[in-house]
Amino acid sequence: MEGFLVQTLQIAVLIGLAPALVGWVRMLKCWMQGRTSASLFQPYLDLLKLFSKDIVLAENASWIFRFTPYLLFGTTVLAGAVIPMLSTDLPLAATADVIVLVGLFAIARFFTALAGMDIGTAFGGMGSSREMTVASLAEPAMLMAIFTVSLGCKSTSLSRIVEAGALLKPSLAFAFLAFVLIALAETGRIPVDNPSTHLELTMLHEAMILEYSGRHLALVEWAGMMKLFLFMALLSALFFPWGIAETGKLSHIPIAGAVLLLKLAVSGMGLVLIETGLAKMRLFRLTEFLGSAFLMATLGMLSFFILD
Amino acid sequence: MNIQIAAQINSFIAAFVLLAAFGMLVQKRIYSLIHLFAWQGLFLSISTAIVGYVANKHHLYISSILTLSLKVVLLPYILHVLVVRLKIRKQAETVLNIPLTMMIGIALVIFSYHLTAPVRELSTLITRSTLAVALATVMIGLLMMITRKHAVTQIIGFLAMENGLFFAATSATYGMPLVVELGVALDVLIAAFIFGIFFFHIHSTFDSLDVKQMSRLKEDL
Repeated sequence: MEGFLVQTLQIAVLIGLAPALVGWVRMLKCWMQGRTSASLFQPYLDLLKLFSKDIVLAENASWIFRFTPYLLFGTTVLAGAVIPMLSTDLPLAATADVIVLVGLFAIARFFTALAGMDIGTAFGGMGSSREMTVASLAEPAMLMAIFTVSLGCKSTSLSRIVEAGALLKPSLAFAFLAFVLIALAETGRIPVDNPSTHLELTMLHEAMILEYSGRHLALVEWAGMMKLFLFMALLSALFFPWGIAETGKLSHIPIAGAVLLLKLAVSGMGLVLIETGLAKMRLFRLTEFLGSAFLMATLGMLSFFILD
Repeated sequence: MNIQIAAQINSFIAAFVLLAAFGMLVQKRIYSLIHLFAWQGLFLSISTAIVGYVANKHHLYISSILTLSLKVVLLPYILHVLVVRLKIRKQAETVLNIPLTMMIGIALVIFSYHLTAPVRELSTLITRSTLAVALATVMIGLLMMITRKHAVTQIIGFLAMENGLFFAATSATYGMPLVVELGVALDVLIAAFIFGIFFFHIHSTFDSLDVKQMSRLKEDL
């Protein structure tokens, strides 16, 4: 019974804290660049504003366009229910392993790309095409990195991976580097995509969701924030799994929660350092960027056999 | 320090040597290439010192210091001076595109893993697993020499190959005798000077260090 409580709590943490994480990243970024930042809670206010606004819907919008924000939100929450963030003893974790998790992200991306093309504006189509280009390069690399990790503990179940614990191995170091590159691409952060721009020629993700407004846009944005949260949580679950409770008991949750917050804060700092240090890449250089992610993941897998 | 832990650290450093080799294979900028070469030399020298500790062979410490001074400080410095003097600031050009080169590099790693599998079965040294990495480094250096058009980058590929051979020697047999290693180090140093002189000659004859230009080198009969 307590397991279900922990599960619910984890989902609530994901939904509730994702905007704060984005606020934290924005705040750090402002400080790094010597600007005055908005409050940590600004993303909540943005979401609130969007929810209170009316939807402007194009005349030729089909059901896909209206359905996608809900699906996006739903799959992201489901993905968050599977990743062990607070505890490894989650009732839902047994239903999906890490390959299904990649599949969940793929469904969300598939529908976003469809919705981008649905209205028929040029930007939507362009955004969809770019997003799919990135996805087709990032997904194999992500699976490769995850397989490298799961080779070590002989299971693709995330709970098992966390329980096995990470060791200092060359293969894991490679997989970690690969995963950082992929996470940057998947969450649309700076060397790949700039989340804070609406400049026509550079946007990837923003181009697809340009036609959304009102509560649809709020859901899409919220799902995007949760995706960032999830990738950071996944990164820490795969490579720094210390502090995650291995029982479903409620008494272990406060410590696990505190450790989770610490990890997220630190990975937010890492993200800001990467984003401040790098410039956005040209679209045609992304093949090299994601190719090197694939290279690292493959080297990780090879060094598992050669060196470990 | 326990020997098992030392061996684990050594295999970790072997992974970094391989990563530096791949970095050099895909790096386009010539200064970053020289930096990566220096990093590879640094990892090599740390690894040699660790193997020296594990095998309790003191001459490996000397060759570690030799690697440090030669491949981390002196050769990158010479290359740097050459690049500045010859004013080669342009990006190094590759024959193949970078993702394809990476794929070939991965295939070479798998190939060398299979090639060294019998040796790994026979050997009893704790560093035997790094032999495949060493061979892969040699092959990637060779691949770099093939895929680059520029004379300086080809030389860096050659030196990376030498790094790989040195690494293979330490991981397969706990290092060559000190006399041989001193001889090789001296050879590499002399080679670097000769390369330098050749670069100046090529540069003054062709106004470029692109080796494609050399196909013009025909005698008029």
